[in-house]
Amino acid sequence: MSTLAPAIPPLEHVGRVTQLRVFISESTKLRSVRSTKWSLLAAFVFTIGIPAVAATVVSHHWPHMNAHDRADFHPLDVSLVGVQLAQLAIGVLGVLVITAEYSTGMIRASMTAAPKRLPVLWGKAVVFALVTFALMTPAVVIAFFASQAILSGRHIDIAFSHPGVPRAVFGAALYLTAIGLFGLGLGAIVRNTAGGIATFAGLMFVLPPLMNVLPASWNSAASPYLPLQAGEALMALHRGNQLAPWVGFAVLCAYAAAALAIAAVLLERRDV
Amino acid sequence: MARNLTKVYGDKRAVDDLTFTVEPGVVTGFLGPNGSGKSTTMRLILGLDAPTAGDVTVNGKHYRDLVAPLHEVGALLEARSVHTGRSAYGHLLALAQTHGILRRRVNELIDLVGLHDVAKKRAGQFSLGMGQRLGIATALLGDPSTLLLDEPVNGLDPEGIHWIRNLLKGLAAEGRTVFVSSHLMGEMALTADRLIVIGRGKLIANTTVDEFVARASAKVVLVRSPELERLRMVLAAPAVTFEGGERGALEVHGLTAQQLGDAAAEHGIAIHELTPQQASLEEAFMSLTRTEVEFPSKQDEKPAAEVAA
Repeated sequence: MSTLAPAIPPLEHVGRVTQLRVFISESTKLRSVRSTKWSLLAAFVFTIGIPAVAATVVSHHWPHMNAHDRADFHPLDVSLVGVQLAQLAIGVLGVLVITAEYSTGMIRASMTAAPKRLPVLWGKAVVFALVTFALMTPAVVIAFFASQAILSGRHIDIAFSHPGVPRAVFGAALYLTAIGLFGLGLGAIVRNTAGGIATFAGLMFVLPPLMNVLPASWNSAASPYLPLQAGEALMALHRGNQLAPWVGFAVLCAYAAAALAIAAVLLERRDV
Repeated sequence: MARNLTKVYGDKRAVDDLTFTVEPGVVTGFLGPNGSGKSTTMRLILGLDAPTAGDVTVNGKHYRDLVAPLHEVGALLEARSVHTGRSAYGHLLALAQTHGILRRRVNELIDLVGLHDVAKKRAGQFSLGMGQRLGIATALLGDPSTLLLDEPVNGLDPEGIHWIRNLLKGLAAEGRTVFVSSHLMGEMALTADRLIVIGRGKLIANTTVDEFVARASAKVVLVRSPELERLRMVLAAPAVTFEGGERGALEVHGLTAQQLGDAAAEHGIAIHELTPQQASLEEAFMSLTRTEVEFPSKQDEKPAAEVAA
């Protein structure tokens, strides 16, 4: 190595930090780690694969099913059953997108490059939401047509043109996107991967059964407003104890927005 | 740059009323024992932590108000600041894109710091030295006018240390502001022109390396005399200590050569040799920080200049 100081090459292009540039940066960050690829691949495969398997099983068993089971069966539910597992992958990835920056220390580099801080949070949220929606929309559409094609062998399928079906199918992609943002918001509040995933899973999956300890009338009044039940209203064709589809989705979006808003306030105030 | 900067974590004053300015064109060493508040000061400068009191600016602005921060300040923090699952290339590219810096620049810097062969490897697999090189590439990415480097030689091999030393001098020679922290005095002696010394979050000295050594050395004198025992009694005072005494030579701490010579002459003691001792930077540092370490609570009311004197 030379004893002379190496010259730093002159910089040709440099500009101010803008939200658009942070979007580009965040999309590079999202693409350049493995956990993103694996989580999104898992969500994609679950969304399509599980309905295909379920439709095959149902088709196979249909002649042996009793009238009661046949009455309980709904073809749309089969098509969207993969979303149940995909939401776990998407929600956990949402948490990881932000908590991995804290656990690795990357957040210090990110906030040094974009010291206004909030553009980083918005950048992550927007990029992650766009990627999730862009990927999960074809996944749910493929899941619907593939599983219905299998069910059509027994003439127990449902047409895409059936009232409410397009809303439920595209709604599933919107639902997954909102779930991802909810996870990202929680992760940004908790700033710790294990804590973030536990909080997400707790609010989504543990809270609903816990509601059963409440008096029945309270339970049935409150449960539709929990994030999971509220969001699932958008994917349901027949309303049980659920909010109206878009009302339910709005409630889920409100959870995600509240989590992101709290995260934004904390991001401004806390030391990195 | 920093004015009365203070940061309190719980009941610990990590940075206590620091005031200093770092000048362009020279390498300024930021020296202090581990835990003395160097890294906290760096974090405060970068706006990662908010000061409890006081203020710190870069080029007259708070870091958070800089419109192109990577072009003004390049930072290497002591704590790793890299996603372990991302490649060196991906890491630098993502940071470059926040400022519209081109891919070509990223590749140039990867070559400059010698990471060409591992640029696509995940940073989690990097050795400490490779991680430091990536951190330095990150700091230089935006061609900054100010560099803040926290313990940059940590984990580097001798060749890497040599490289950093020359790099820092070269950057300062180009007129940039270079602020480098270290707990290694020897490293600072070779690299830095000026020194800001802190202990327990307080400023101990803000001076040149030469002055810093001279100040600590001024009161250590080697004396040879046939009447050492008498000399000892004459010089005895609370602030004066002695070392050695064998073979007619004695090291006297706490007096200048002039004071010692005058005292000897007054009592008619013959002196064969009277030599002010040049302390190493390390000894200078130890002597100046000793009080900070041993008697922290008693120093609280004194201004930094008195503590250092």
